[in-house]
Amino acid sequence: MTTVVAITAGLSETSSTRLLTDRLVESLGRQTGDVSVEIVALRELAHDVVDATLTGFASPRLQDALDKVAAADGLIVATPIYKASYPGLFKSFFDVMETDAVIGKPVLLAATAGTARHSLAIEHTLRPLFAYMQALVVPTGVFASTHDWGAEGAQALEQRIDRATAELASLLKGAGTGRSRDDEFDLFSETFRSIAEGPRA
Amino acid sequence: MSSMQFGIFSVGDLTVDPTDGSIPTEHEKLQALVTIAKKVEDIGGDVFAVGEHHDSGFVPGAISTLHAFIAAQTERIILSTSIAHITTNDPIKMAEDYATLQHLSGGRADLVLGRGNTGQVYPWFGKDPSKGVELTIENYQLLRRLWDEDVVNWEGKFRTPLQSFTSIPRPLDGVSPFVWHGSIRTPEVAEIAAYYGDGYFANNIFWPKEHYIRLINFYRQRYEHYGHGTPEQAIVGLGGQFFMRKNSQDAINEFRPYFDNAPVYGHGPSLEDFQAQTPLVVGSPQEVIEKTLAFADYFGDYQRQMFLVDHAGLPLKTVLEQLDLLGEILPTLRAEFDARRPAGVPDAPTHANRVAARDAKLASPVEPVETSKA
Repeated sequence: MTTVVAITAGLSETSSTRLLTDRLVESLGRQTGDVSVEIVALRELAHDVVDATLTGFASPRLQDALDKVAAADGLIVATPIYKASYPGLFKSFFDVMETDAVIGKPVLLAATAGTARHSLAIEHTLRPLFAYMQALVVPTGVFASTHDWGAEGAQALEQRIDRATAELASLLKGAGTGRSRDDEFDLFSETFRSIAEGPRA
Repeated sequence: MSSMQFGIFSVGDLTVDPTDGSIPTEHEKLQALVTIAKKVEDIGGDVFAVGEHHDSGFVPGAISTLHAFIAAQTERIILSTSIAHITTNDPIKMAEDYATLQHLSGGRADLVLGRGNTGQVYPWFGKDPSKGVELTIENYQLLRRLWDEDVVNWEGKFRTPLQSFTSIPRPLDGVSPFVWHGSIRTPEVAEIAAYYGDGYFANNIFWPKEHYIRLINFYRQRYEHYGHGTPEQAIVGLGGQFFMRKNSQDAINEFRPYFDNAPVYGHGPSLEDFQAQTPLVVGSPQEVIEKTLAFADYFGDYQRQMFLVDHAGLPLKTVLEQLDLLGEILPTLRAEFDARRPAGVPDAPTHANRVAARDAKLASPVEPVETSKA
Protein backbone atom coordinates (compact mmCIF):
# COMPACT_ATOMS: atom_id res chain seq x y z
CA MET A 1 0.00 0.00 0.00
CA THR A 2 1.31 3.41 -1.00
CA THR A 3 1.18 6.01 1.78
CA VAL A 4 0.71 9.72 1.20
CA VAL A 5 0.73 12.44 3.83
CA ALA A 6 -1.29 15.58 3.08
CA ILE A 7 0.13 18.59 4.92
CA THR A 8 -2.41 21.38 5.19
CA ALA A 9 -1.40 24.78 6.55
CA GLY A 10 -4.75 26.57 6.71
CA LEU A 11 -4.82 28.73 9.81
CA SER A 12 -8.58 28.98 10.38
CA GLU A 13 -10.83 26.04 11.15
CA THR A 14 -12.61 24.84 8.02
CA SER A 15 -10.27 26.87 5.86
CA SER A 16 -10.36 26.93 2.07
CA THR A 17 -6.88 25.36 2.21
CA ARG A 18 -8.32 22.39 4.08
CA LEU A 19 -11.15 22.28 1.56
CA LEU A 20 -8.66 22.14 -1.31
CA THR A 21 -6.64 19.47 0.52
CA ASP A 22 -9.72 17.30 0.89
CA ARG A 23 -10.51 17.71 -2.81
CA LEU A 24 -6.97 16.67 -3.76
CA VAL A 25 -7.10 13.65 -1.45
CA GLU A 26 -10.46 12.60 -2.85
CA SER A 27 -9.20 13.01 -6.43
CA LEU A 28 -6.03 11.02 -5.74
CA GLY A 29 -8.21 8.23 -4.38
CA ARG A 30 -10.10 8.17 -7.69
CA GLN A 31 -6.84 8.08 -9.68
CA THR A 32 -5.32 5.18 -7.75
CA GLY A 33 -7.11 2.78 -5.44
CA ASP A 34 -3.98 1.52 -3.72
CA VAL A 35 -3.19 4.55 -1.59
CA SER A 36 -3.77 5.51 2.03
CA VAL A 37 -3.70 9.20 2.87
CA GLU A 38 -3.14 10.77 6.28
CA ILE A 39 -3.80 14.46 6.87
CA VAL A 40 -1.42 16.55 8.99
CA ALA A 41 -3.04 19.89 9.94
CA LEU A 42 -0.36 22.39 10.97
CA ARG A 43 -2.77 24.62 12.92
CA GLU A 44 -3.01 21.91 15.60
CA LEU A 45 0.79 21.80 15.81
CA ALA A 46 1.39 25.57 15.77
CA HIS A 47 2.72 25.95 19.33
CA ASP A 48 4.79 22.78 19.03
CA VAL A 49 6.38 24.05 15.81
CA VAL A 50 7.35 27.38 17.38
CA ASP A 51 8.71 25.62 20.49
CA ALA A 52 10.79 23.34 18.27
CA THR A 53 12.32 26.30 16.44
CA LEU A 54 13.45 27.60 19.86
CA THR A 55 14.56 24.36 21.52
CA GLY A 56 15.85 22.41 18.52
CA PHE A 57 13.75 19.32 19.26
CA ALA A 58 10.18 18.29 18.52
CA SER A 59 7.48 17.54 21.08
CA PRO A 60 6.14 13.97 20.90
CA ARG A 61 3.12 14.88 18.76
CA LEU A 62 5.15 17.06 16.39
CA GLN A 63 7.73 14.28 16.13
CA ASP A 64 4.93 11.89 15.26
CA ALA A 65 3.88 14.15 12.37
CA LEU A 66 7.50 14.54 11.19
CA ASP A 67 7.99 10.78 11.31
CA LYS A 68 4.88 10.26 9.19
CA VAL A 69 6.16 12.72 6.60
CA ALA A 70 9.57 11.05 6.48
CA ALA A 71 8.00 7.60 6.12
CA ALA A 72 5.47 8.59 3.42
CA ASP A 73 5.93 7.58 -0.22
CA GLY A 74 4.62 10.96 -1.37
CA LEU A 75 3.22 14.25 -0.12
CA ILE A 76 0.38 16.62 -0.88
CA VAL A 77 1.28 20.05 0.44
CA ALA A 78 -1.35 22.81 0.65
CA THR A 79 -0.88 26.27 2.10
CA PRO A 80 -2.60 29.63 2.08
CA ILE A 81 -0.68 32.48 0.48
CA TYR A 82 -0.28 35.59 2.64
CA LYS A 83 1.59 38.68 1.45
CA ALA A 84 2.86 36.94 -1.69
CA SER A 85 4.20 33.82 0.07
CA TYR A 86 3.43 30.96 2.45
CA PRO A 87 2.85 31.86 6.12
CA GLY A 88 5.63 31.56 8.70
CA LEU A 89 4.06 28.52 10.34
CA PHE A 90 4.29 26.60 7.07
CA LYS A 91 7.97 27.48 6.61
CA SER A 92 8.75 26.77 10.28
CA PHE A 93 7.31 23.26 9.95
CA PHE A 94 9.78 22.55 7.15
CA ASP A 95 12.55 24.35 9.04
CA VAL A 96 12.30 21.91 11.96
CA MET A 97 12.20 18.91 9.63
CA GLU A 98 15.42 16.99 8.98
CA THR A 99 17.10 18.39 5.85
CA ASP A 100 16.98 15.06 4.07
CA ALA A 101 13.41 14.06 5.07
CA VAL A 102 11.79 14.47 1.63
CA ILE A 103 14.67 13.67 -0.72
CA GLY A 104 13.31 11.96 -3.82
CA LYS A 105 9.65 12.00 -2.69
CA PRO A 106 6.93 12.98 -5.19
CA VAL A 107 5.27 16.15 -3.86
CA LEU A 108 2.10 17.82 -5.13
CA LEU A 109 2.03 21.57 -4.38
CA ALA A 110 -1.23 23.44 -3.79
CA ALA A 111 -2.10 26.91 -2.55
CA THR A 112 -5.11 29.09 -1.82
CA ALA A 113 -5.39 32.86 -1.74
CA GLY A 114 -7.92 35.66 -1.52
CA THR A 115 -6.88 37.10 -4.86
CA ALA A 116 -5.81 35.71 -8.23
CA ARG A 117 -2.80 38.04 -8.14
CA HIS A 118 -1.07 35.42 -5.92
CA SER A 119 -1.48 32.78 -8.62
CA LEU A 120 2.23 32.29 -9.36
CA ALA A 121 3.15 31.98 -5.68
CA ILE A 122 3.45 28.21 -6.05
CA GLU A 123 6.08 28.69 -8.76
CA HIS A 124 8.11 31.41 -7.10
CA THR A 125 7.91 30.42 -3.40
CA LEU A 126 6.94 26.75 -2.94
CA ARG A 127 8.81 25.23 -5.88
CA PRO A 128 12.24 26.65 -4.84
CA LEU A 129 11.73 25.41 -1.26
CA PHE A 130 11.05 21.86 -2.44
CA ALA A 131 13.78 22.02 -5.04
CA TYR A 132 16.17 22.84 -2.19
CA MET A 133 14.87 19.86 -0.23
CA GLN A 134 15.45 17.68 -3.32
CA ALA A 135 11.85 16.54 -3.58
CA LEU A 136 10.39 15.36 -6.90
CA VAL A 137 7.79 18.06 -7.50
CA VAL A 138 4.67 17.33 -9.58
CA PRO A 139 4.67 19.62 -12.67
CA THR A 140 1.10 20.86 -12.18
CA GLY A 141 0.61 23.06 -9.12
CA VAL A 142 -2.94 23.63 -7.94
CA PHE A 143 -3.73 27.25 -7.12
CA ALA A 144 -7.22 28.28 -6.02
CA SER A 145 -8.31 31.86 -5.35
CA THR A 146 -11.78 33.00 -4.32
CA HIS A 147 -12.75 33.12 -7.96
CA ASP A 148 -12.04 29.41 -8.46
CA TRP A 149 -14.57 28.36 -5.82
CA GLY A 150 -17.39 30.19 -7.65
CA ALA A 151 -19.46 28.99 -10.59
CA GLU A 152 -17.09 30.35 -13.24
CA GLY A 153 -13.87 28.85 -11.96
CA ALA A 154 -15.07 25.58 -10.47
CA GLN A 155 -14.73 23.45 -13.54
CA ALA A 156 -11.22 24.66 -14.35
CA LEU A 157 -10.18 23.99 -10.73
CA GLU A 158 -11.61 20.49 -10.93
CA GLN A 159 -9.54 19.84 -14.04
CA ARG A 160 -6.35 21.16 -12.46
CA ILE A 161 -6.92 19.00 -9.39
CA ASP A 162 -7.39 15.86 -11.46
CA ARG A 163 -4.44 16.64 -13.69
CA ALA A 164 -2.14 17.19 -10.68
CA THR A 165 -3.26 14.10 -8.79
CA ALA A 166 -2.92 11.99 -11.97
CA GLU A 167 0.66 13.19 -12.24
CA LEU A 168 1.25 12.42 -8.57
CA ALA A 169 -0.28 8.94 -8.95
CA SER A 170 1.98 8.28 -11.92
CA LEU A 171 5.11 9.41 -10.07
CA LEU A 172 4.14 7.27 -7.06
CA LYS A 173 4.17 4.21 -9.32
CA GLY A 174 7.55 5.09 -10.80
CA ALA A 175 11.12 4.63 -9.63
CA GLY A 176 11.41 8.23 -8.35
CA THR A 177 14.77 9.95 -8.61
CA GLY A 178 16.67 6.88 -7.49
CA ARG A 179 17.92 8.83 -4.46
CA SER A 180 16.82 8.64 -0.86
CA ARG A 181 18.18 9.83 2.47
CA ASP A 182 20.62 6.94 3.04
CA ASP A 183 23.92 8.12 1.54
CA GLU A 184 25.52 10.62 3.92
CA PHE A 185 27.59 8.54 6.31
CA ASP A 186 29.63 6.63 3.71
CA LEU A 187 31.01 9.89 2.46
CA PHE A 188 32.28 10.65 5.97
CA SER A 189 33.80 7.19 6.44
CA GLU A 190 36.06 7.75 3.47
CA THR A 191 37.21 11.16 4.71
CA PHE A 192 37.79 9.81 8.20
CA ARG A 193 39.81 6.80 7.14
CA SER A 194 41.94 8.79 4.74
CA ILE A 195 43.00 11.12 7.56
CA ALA A 196 43.06 8.81 10.59
CA GLU A 197 44.71 5.90 8.79
CA GLY A 198 46.65 7.85 6.21
CA PRO A 199 50.34 7.29 5.59
CA ARG A 200 52.33 7.74 8.78
CA ALA A 201 55.56 9.58 8.13
CA MET B 1 36.82 4.56 44.79
CA SER B 2 33.39 4.35 43.33
CA SER B 3 32.92 2.72 39.94
CA MET B 4 31.11 5.86 38.76
CA GLN B 5 32.16 9.49 38.84
CA PHE B 6 29.83 12.39 39.62
CA GLY B 7 30.56 16.00 38.94
CA ILE B 8 29.54 19.46 37.85
CA PHE B 9 30.01 21.02 34.45
CA SER B 10 29.70 24.70 33.66
CA VAL B 11 29.85 26.80 30.53
CA GLY B 12 30.80 29.89 32.55
CA ASP B 13 28.05 32.06 31.11
CA LEU B 14 27.38 35.62 32.22
CA THR B 15 23.59 35.58 32.37
CA VAL B 16 21.24 38.13 33.93
CA ASP B 17 19.46 36.92 37.06
CA PRO B 18 15.83 37.48 35.94
CA THR B 19 14.61 37.93 39.52
CA ASP B 20 16.71 41.02 40.24
CA GLY B 21 18.37 42.05 36.94
CA SER B 22 21.90 41.55 38.29
CA ILE B 23 24.70 40.10 36.19
CA PRO B 24 28.06 38.87 37.45
CA THR B 25 31.24 40.54 36.24
CA GLU B 26 33.87 38.42 34.49
CA HIS B 27 35.95 38.63 37.65
CA GLU B 28 33.05 37.48 39.85
CA LYS B 29 32.18 34.59 37.52
CA LEU B 30 35.76 33.31 37.32
CA GLN B 31 36.02 33.42 41.11
CA ALA B 32 32.60 31.73 41.33
CA LEU B 33 33.88 28.86 39.15
CA VAL B 34 36.76 28.35 41.58
CA THR B 35 34.34 28.41 44.53
CA ILE B 36 32.06 25.88 42.79
CA ALA B 37 35.00 23.59 42.00
CA LYS B 38 36.13 23.60 45.63
CA LYS B 39 32.55 22.92 46.69
CA VAL B 40 32.45 19.87 44.38
CA GLU B 41 35.43 18.49 46.29
CA ASP B 42 33.80 19.33 49.66
CA ILE B 43 30.55 17.47 48.94
CA GLY B 44 32.39 14.34 47.81
CA GLY B 45 32.06 14.90 44.07
CA ASP B 46 34.64 13.57 41.62
CA VAL B 47 34.85 15.90 38.63
CA PHE B 48 34.65 19.61 37.79
CA ALA B 49 34.53 20.63 34.12
CA VAL B 50 34.35 23.94 32.28
CA GLY B 51 33.40 24.55 28.66
CA GLU B 52 35.73 26.57 26.44
CA HIS B 53 34.18 29.75 25.04
CA HIS B 54 35.59 32.77 23.25
CA ASP B 55 32.34 34.67 22.72
CA SER B 56 31.58 37.64 24.94
CA GLY B 57 29.06 36.66 27.59
CA PHE B 58 31.25 33.77 28.76
CA VAL B 59 34.46 33.64 30.81
CA PRO B 60 36.27 30.32 30.18
CA GLY B 61 38.69 31.12 27.35
CA ALA B 62 41.81 29.79 29.09
CA ILE B 63 40.74 26.60 30.83
CA SER B 64 44.12 25.08 31.65
CA THR B 65 45.06 28.29 33.51
CA LEU B 66 41.79 28.20 35.47
CA HIS B 67 42.23 24.49 36.21
CA ALA B 68 45.82 24.90 37.38
CA PHE B 69 44.61 27.49 39.89
CA ILE B 70 41.84 25.12 41.06
CA ALA B 71 44.23 22.14 41.16
CA ALA B 72 46.42 24.06 43.58
CA GLN B 73 43.48 24.43 45.98
CA THR B 74 42.01 20.93 45.74
CA GLU B 75 43.34 17.42 46.28
CA ARG B 76 40.95 14.90 44.88
CA ILE B 77 38.69 16.11 42.06
CA ILE B 78 39.43 15.49 38.38
CA LEU B 79 39.54 18.69 36.30
CA SER B 80 37.98 18.32 32.89
CA THR B 81 36.47 20.27 30.01
CA SER B 82 32.92 20.54 28.68
CA ILE B 83 34.14 20.91 26.02
CA ALA B 84 37.60 21.98 24.79
CA HIS B 85 37.79 22.89 21.09
CA ILE B 86 39.75 20.34 19.08
CA THR B 87 38.92 22.27 15.91
CA THR B 88 40.46 25.67 16.61
CA ASN B 89 43.24 25.02 19.14
CA ASP B 90 46.69 24.08 17.98
CA PRO B 91 47.18 20.40 18.90
CA ILE B 92 50.73 21.11 20.10
CA LYS B 93 49.52 23.79 22.48
CA MET B 94 46.78 21.47 23.74
CA ALA B 95 49.20 18.58 24.22
CA GLU B 96 51.55 20.77 26.25
CA ASP B 97 48.90 22.72 28.23
CA TYR B 98 47.01 19.64 29.39
CA ALA B 99 50.11 17.51 29.99
CA THR B 100 51.39 20.35 32.19
CA LEU B 101 48.05 20.42 34.05
CA GLN B 102 48.27 16.64 34.42
CA HIS B 103 51.71 16.90 36.10
CA LEU B 104 50.80 19.84 38.34
CA SER B 105 47.51 18.27 39.49
CA GLY B 106 48.99 14.82 40.13
CA GLY B 107 47.12 13.07 37.34
CA ARG B 108 43.80 14.85 37.86
CA ALA B 109 43.38 16.18 34.32
CA ASP B 110 41.18 14.77 31.62
CA LEU B 111 39.53 16.23 28.55
CA VAL B 112 36.21 16.24 26.76
CA LEU B 113 36.93 17.34 23.20
CA GLY B 114 34.43 18.64 20.71
CA ARG B 115 33.98 20.83 17.68
CA GLY B 116 32.53 23.79 19.56
CA ASN B 117 29.07 25.05 18.85
CA THR B 118 29.51 28.39 17.12
CA GLY B 119 30.89 28.93 13.62
CA GLN B 120 32.19 32.43 14.31
CA VAL B 121 34.97 31.06 16.54
CA TYR B 122 36.83 29.38 13.67
CA PRO B 123 38.08 32.51 11.86
CA TRP B 124 39.11 34.07 15.19
CA PHE B 125 41.68 31.26 15.30
CA GLY B 126 42.51 31.31 11.61
CA LYS B 127 40.36 28.31 10.72
CA ASP B 128 37.61 27.69 8.17
CA PRO B 129 34.21 26.97 9.79
CA SER B 130 33.22 24.68 6.90
CA LYS B 131 36.08 22.32 7.81
CA GLY B 132 34.83 21.38 11.31
CA VAL B 133 34.84 17.63 10.89
CA GLU B 134 38.14 17.49 8.97
CA LEU B 135 39.82 19.71 11.58
CA THR B 136 38.46 17.49 14.36
CA ILE B 137 39.89 14.35 12.78
CA GLU B 138 43.28 15.75 11.81
CA ASN B 139 43.89 17.70 15.02
CA TYR B 140 42.94 14.81 17.26
CA GLN B 141 45.04 12.34 15.32
CA LEU B 142 48.01 14.68 15.86
CA LEU B 143 47.22 15.30 19.56
CA ARG B 144 47.03 11.53 20.09
CA ARG B 145 50.44 10.99 18.49
CA LEU B 146 52.05 13.88 20.37
CA TRP B 147 51.11 12.18 23.64
CA ASP B 148 51.64 8.55 22.61
CA GLU B 149 54.89 8.87 20.65
CA ASP B 150 58.04 10.53 21.97
CA VAL B 151 59.24 11.67 18.56
CA VAL B 152 56.71 12.67 15.91
CA ASN B 153 57.13 13.18 12.18
CA TRP B 154 53.85 14.45 10.85
CA GLU B 155 52.27 16.11 7.86
CA GLY B 156 48.66 17.28 7.47
CA LYS B 157 46.43 19.78 5.74
CA PHE B 158 45.83 22.35 8.46
CA ARG B 159 49.21 23.19 10.02
CA THR B 160 52.90 23.13 9.18
CA PRO B 161 54.57 19.70 9.10
CA LEU B 162 56.56 18.41 12.08
CA GLN B 163 60.01 16.84 11.87
CA SER B 164 61.40 14.95 14.84
CA PHE B 165 59.20 16.90 17.22
CA THR B 166 58.73 16.02 20.90
CA SER B 167 55.96 17.78 22.82
CA ILE B 168 56.83 18.65 26.40
CA PRO B 169 56.26 17.70 29.11
CA ARG B 170 55.77 14.02 28.31
CA PRO B 171 52.51 12.69 29.88
CA LEU B 172 52.69 11.82 33.58
CA ASP B 173 53.90 8.22 34.06
CA GLY B 174 53.79 7.84 30.28
CA VAL B 175 49.97 7.77 30.29
CA SER B 176 48.17 10.69 28.67
CA PRO B 177 45.12 12.46 30.13
CA PHE B 178 42.00 10.39 29.37
CA VAL B 179 40.03 11.77 26.43
CA TRP B 180 36.28 11.81 25.90
CA HIS B 181 34.69 13.08 22.72
CA GLY B 182 31.53 15.13 23.15
CA SER B 183 28.91 15.93 20.58
CA ILE B 184 25.33 17.10 20.55
CA ARG B 185 24.43 16.10 17.03
CA THR B 186 27.48 14.83 15.12
CA PRO B 187 27.66 11.03 14.72
CA GLU B 188 31.13 11.47 13.19
CA VAL B 189 32.40 12.49 16.64
CA ALA B 190 31.02 9.26 18.15
CA GLU B 191 32.82 7.39 15.36
CA ILE B 192 36.12 9.06 16.29
CA ALA B 193 35.66 8.15 19.98
CA ALA B 194 34.96 4.53 18.99
CA TYR B 195 37.88 4.32 16.59
CA TYR B 196 40.41 5.34 19.24
CA GLY B 197 38.70 3.47 22.09
CA ASP B 198 38.21 6.77 23.91
CA GLY B 199 35.22 7.82 26.01
CA TYR B 200 32.07 9.36 24.57
CA PHE B 201 30.27 12.16 26.38
CA ALA B 202 26.65 13.06 25.58
CA ASN B 203 25.66 16.38 27.11
CA ASN B 204 22.17 14.98 27.73
CA ILE B 205 20.60 18.34 28.46
CA PHE B 206 18.12 20.39 26.45
CA TRP B 207 17.01 17.52 24.17
CA PRO B 208 14.96 14.32 24.56
CA LYS B 209 16.69 11.12 25.60
CA GLU B 210 15.86 9.43 22.28
CA HIS B 211 18.33 11.73 20.54
CA TYR B 212 21.18 10.71 22.84
CA ILE B 213 20.19 7.04 22.84
CA ARG B 214 20.82 6.96 19.08
CA LEU B 215 24.25 8.55 19.42
CA ILE B 216 25.34 6.44 22.40
CA ASN B 217 24.15 3.16 20.89
CA PHE B 218 26.00 4.04 17.71
CA TYR B 219 29.18 4.74 19.70
CA ARG B 220 28.86 1.48 21.65
CA GLN B 221 28.43 -0.55 18.43
CA ARG B 222 31.35 1.15 16.71
CA TYR B 223 33.51 0.66 19.85
CA GLU B 224 32.99 -3.07 19.44
CA HIS B 225 33.52 -2.84 15.66
CA TYR B 226 36.99 -1.37 16.19
CA GLY B 227 37.90 -4.19 18.57
CA HIS B 228 38.15 -2.32 21.87
CA GLY B 229 35.66 -4.53 23.72
CA THR B 230 31.97 -5.27 23.93
CA PRO B 231 29.40 -2.46 23.57
CA GLU B 232 28.87 -2.64 27.35
CA GLN B 233 32.58 -1.98 27.90
CA ALA B 234 32.55 1.32 26.04
CA ILE B 235 33.16 4.38 28.25
CA VAL B 236 30.12 6.67 28.41
CA GLY B 237 29.66 9.98 30.20
CA LEU B 238 26.42 11.91 30.49
CA GLY B 239 25.27 15.37 31.42
CA GLY B 240 22.12 16.18 33.31
CA GLN B 241 20.31 19.14 34.75
CA PHE B 242 18.46 19.52 38.05
CA PHE B 243 17.07 22.06 40.45
CA MET B 244 16.35 20.65 43.89
CA ARG B 245 14.59 21.74 47.03
CA LYS B 246 13.43 19.53 49.91
CA ASN B 247 9.90 20.25 48.78
CA SER B 248 9.12 19.66 45.12
CA GLN B 249 6.74 22.63 44.73
CA ASP B 250 9.33 25.00 46.27
CA ALA B 251 11.83 23.87 43.63
CA ILE B 252 9.38 24.54 40.81
CA ASN B 253 8.33 27.96 42.12
CA GLU B 254 11.91 29.10 42.66
CA PHE B 255 13.27 27.78 39.36
CA ARG B 256 10.42 28.88 37.08
CA PRO B 257 11.58 32.50 36.43
CA TYR B 258 15.08 31.20 35.63
CA PHE B 259 13.65 28.58 33.30
CA ASP B 260 11.28 31.00 31.56
CA ASN B 261 14.11 33.42 30.77
CA ALA B 262 17.01 31.00 30.21
CA PRO B 263 19.14 31.63 27.12
CA VAL B 264 18.71 28.17 25.57
CA TYR B 265 15.09 27.22 26.18
CA GLY B 266 13.48 30.34 27.61
CA HIS B 267 10.36 31.88 26.06
CA GLY B 268 9.57 28.50 24.52
CA PRO B 269 7.91 25.41 26.02
CA SER B 270 6.58 25.37 29.57
CA LEU B 271 8.75 24.09 32.43
CA GLU B 272 6.34 21.17 32.75
CA ASP B 273 6.61 20.16 29.07
CA PHE B 274 10.39 20.59 29.08
CA GLN B 275 10.70 18.38 32.18
CA ALA B 276 8.54 15.72 30.57
CA GLN B 277 10.50 15.77 27.31
CA THR B 278 14.13 16.31 28.38
CA PRO B 279 16.44 15.12 31.19
CA LEU B 280 15.75 18.31 33.24
CA VAL B 281 14.36 17.53 36.68
CA VAL B 282 13.03 20.21 39.01
CA GLY B 283 11.82 18.77 42.26
CA SER B 284 12.69 16.96 45.47
CA PRO B 285 15.94 15.05 46.09
CA GLN B 286 14.01 11.80 45.64
CA GLU B 287 12.78 12.92 42.22
CA VAL B 288 16.33 13.83 41.17
CA ILE B 289 17.55 10.40 42.32
CA GLU B 290 14.83 8.60 40.36
CA LYS B 291 15.30 10.52 37.12
CA THR B 292 19.10 10.16 37.29
CA LEU B 293 19.03 6.41 37.99
CA ALA B 294 16.75 5.93 34.98
CA PHE B 295 19.56 7.20 32.71
CA ALA B 296 21.23 3.78 33.02
CA ASP B 297 18.03 2.14 31.76
CA TYR B 298 18.07 4.29 28.62
CA PHE B 299 21.79 4.55 27.87
CA GLY B 300 23.24 1.42 29.51
CA ASP B 301 25.48 1.38 32.60
CA TYR B 302 27.92 4.23 32.32
CA GLN B 303 30.97 5.79 33.91
CA ARG B 304 30.46 9.50 34.54
CA GLN B 305 27.49 11.67 35.46
CA MET B 306 27.88 15.45 35.24
CA PHE B 307 25.27 18.06 36.16
CA LEU B 308 24.76 21.61 34.95
CA VAL B 309 23.68 23.83 37.86
CA ASP B 310 25.22 27.32 37.53
CA HIS B 311 23.28 28.50 34.48
CA ALA B 312 20.34 30.75 33.58
CA GLY B 313 21.49 33.49 35.95
CA LEU B 314 21.19 31.44 39.15
CA PRO B 315 23.17 33.24 41.88
CA LEU B 316 26.26 31.61 43.37
CA LYS B 317 24.59 31.24 46.78
CA THR B 318 21.78 29.17 45.20
CA VAL B 319 24.26 27.10 43.19
CA LEU B 320 26.17 26.23 46.36
CA GLU B 321 22.90 25.23 48.07
CA GLN B 322 22.20 22.96 45.07
CA LEU B 323 25.61 21.36 45.56
CA ASP B 324 24.92 20.77 49.26
CA LEU B 325 21.73 18.94 48.29
CA LEU B 326 23.64 16.97 45.65
CA GLY B 327 26.15 15.98 48.33
CA GLU B 328 23.27 14.60 50.41
CA ILE B 329 22.02 12.32 47.60
CA LEU B 330 25.44 11.27 46.25
CA PRO B 331 25.81 8.24 48.59
CA THR B 332 22.40 6.97 47.43
CA LEU B 333 23.23 7.53 43.77
CA ARG B 334 26.57 5.70 44.14
CA ALA B 335 25.03 2.76 46.00
CA GLU B 336 22.08 2.39 43.62
CA PHE B 337 24.19 2.64 40.46
CA ASP B 338 26.71 0.13 41.87
CA ALA B 339 23.93 -2.25 42.86
CA ARG B 340 22.52 -2.42 39.34
CA ARG B 341 25.89 -2.55 37.62
CA PRO B 342 26.68 -5.89 35.92
CA ALA B 343 30.16 -7.38 36.24
CA GLY B 344 32.35 -6.46 33.28
CA VAL B 345 31.24 -2.84 33.02
CA PRO B 346 34.49 -0.91 33.42
CA ASP B 347 35.09 1.55 36.23
CA ALA B 348 35.34 5.24 35.42
CA PRO B 349 38.80 6.12 34.06
CA THR B 350 41.32 7.60 36.51
CA HIS B 351 45.02 8.18 36.12
CA ALA B 352 45.75 5.46 38.70
CA ASN B 353 43.63 2.75 37.08
CA ARG B 354 44.92 3.63 33.61
CA VAL B 355 48.54 3.39 34.74
CA ALA B 356 47.73 0.04 36.38
CA ALA B 357 46.06 -1.19 33.16
CA ARG B 358 49.06 -0.12 31.11
CA ASP B 359 51.45 -1.91 33.51
CA ALA B 360 49.34 -5.07 33.44
CA LYS B 361 49.37 -5.00 29.64
CA LEU B 362 53.16 -4.59 29.54
CA ALA B 363 53.62 -7.46 32.02
CA SER B 364 51.33 -9.76 30.06
CA PRO B 365 53.23 -12.04 27.64
CA VAL B 366 50.43 -12.03 25.06
CA GLU B 367 48.57 -9.03 23.72
CA PRO B 368 45.13 -9.38 25.33
CA VAL B 369 42.36 -8.90 22.81
CA GLU B 370 39.00 -8.95 24.55
CA THR B 371 36.32 -8.88 21.92
CA SER B 372 34.32 -11.95 22.90
CA LYS B 373 30.74 -11.49 24.02
CA ALA B 374 31.06 -13.84 26.99
